[in-house]
Amino acid sequence: MNAPIPFPTRPQPVVSLRGFTRRFGSNTVIAGLDLDIAEGEFVALLGRSGSGKTTLLRTLAGLDGASEGEVRVPNSRAVVFQDARLLPWKPVWQNIMLGLTGRDLRARAEGALAEVGLDHRADAWPLTLSGGEAQRAALARALVREPKVLLLDEPFAALDALTRIQMHELVLGLWRRHRPAVLLITHDIDEAIALADRVLVLDGGRIVAEERIASDRPRTLDPALRRRLLARLGVATPEPVETVWAEAAD
Amino acid sequence: MAHNAATHAPHTLRSYLGRIRSGGARWVSPLVLLLLWEAGSRTGLIPARTLAAPSAVAATMGGMIASGELGHNVLVSLGRAGLGLAIGVLVGGTLAILAGLSKRGETAIDSPVQMLRTLPTLALTPLFIVWFGIGETPKIVLIAVATTFPVYLNLYNGIRGVDARLVEAARAFGLSRAAVIRHVVLPGALPAFLVGLRYALSISVLILVVAEQINASSGLGYLINNARDFMRTDVIVVCLMVYAALGLGADAAVRLIELRSLAWRPTILEA
Repeated sequence: MNAPIPFPTRPQPVVSLRGFTRRFGSNTVIAGLDLDIAEGEFVALLGRSGSGKTTLLRTLAGLDGASEGEVRVPNSRAVVFQDARLLPWKPVWQNIMLGLTGRDLRARAEGALAEVGLDHRADAWPLTLSGGEAQRAALARALVREPKVLLLDEPFAALDALTRIQMHELVLGLWRRHRPAVLLITHDIDEAIALADRVLVLDGGRIVAEERIASDRPRTLDPALRRRLLARLGVATPEPVETVWAEAAD
Repeated sequence: MAHNAATHAPHTLRSYLGRIRSGGARWVSPLVLLLLWEAGSRTGLIPARTLAAPSAVAATMGGMIASGELGHNVLVSLGRAGLGLAIGVLVGGTLAILAGLSKRGETAIDSPVQMLRTLPTLALTPLFIVWFGIGETPKIVLIAVATTFPVYLNLYNGIRGVDARLVEAARAFGLSRAAVIRHVVLPGALPAFLVGLRYALSISVLILVVAEQINASSGLGYLINNARDFMRTDVIVVCLMVYAALGLGADAAVRLIELRSLAWRPTILEA
């Protein structure tokens, strides 16, 4: 392994989109999108529903093509969906190894499950897992493939707040250990700020804002950044309220 | 406390005995009916040519089992039902997979099958006799045709109803089309297929009864026809009981398959 290259030197991007356009009939969902994701970079993509997030993810996951433009994504990619999408008729460990061949499948599955703290449920049926457990299993299924790109499609949106915080820590830990490039799609600004190196805001099929966050994790919330991103998403937060609140807290 | 316990213990004992009694109570009225039937036969209220006494039925059954007559004919009937069912499941299953997995298969297969299925299969009997004579073939073909439809309809719907999100996830993990079918589509359609199989099993017994009226020289239908000619109501009742047992056995068999192959379903997990 090379020594970590200090920012802002830009290594060869692992994901690269140039002029990516996707139309469904006459409806242009994404228009001329440019996006680079560097090796090992953690990018969060914020957007309201209908902003084209899902379309972009489906293309990056290889489930959908491009109408125009150039899309370069490595084949070594894995997805974690909002709903875990485990096959209910296969025990958890077989879900982890779905489509993989080779020796010691069971042992590899157990290793991946241990990383997400779920090794004791290797033989469980997926429908007996809690929401958080199912998402851990989905993470293990993605990571056991050692992907160059990990695509996370609102993976924590359906979880309760406490579980979500635990999952954030888990994802960061796994990311540090395996160093895939991550694209996290979310509509949760706090989640994006807590996890990502770079936050993009997608609106109307275009990237309308980009914020780099260089501070160390765990991060204290930067109200100004939050307000900027919210404004880009079309949610105006009145500044005075926050000032009053800050004074009251003193 | 002591007082409480004293009043409590007899109460639970009473409810326990009550449970046993109510469990047994389910058998009381059938037993009474059976006794009334026997009494009616013995006093001559129910003539033997109308309906044989339960004791006579039991004795006949014992005799038929001992002589091997019953066993042989049941096996012949089971063979017909089994062969017809196997063909029906194979044909219905294949058609459903072809129609369920491809658009072209659907246009080619689904509409003719949907049209044909409105025909009552038994109405085809005269045609099958003209085509296949009066031997084993028309009996087996009738059962095969009748069981094709429930298998086809249920499996086709099952395949079409497989969760598209699971298929998408499997594709995202790089599974080939064949692997998606094997790991996602077919297991997902299995519960629906088993419903179809259950229908097909009971239909196969139903058609068997009618098909065996076509000039059979062995099998349960032959026994019943023969018994009718000699007004042996005891033999007829024995055969009816065997038909009922076949139906029950078929249902139990599918339940067992479901328990084993659908173990992942929460309804079964909780049971």
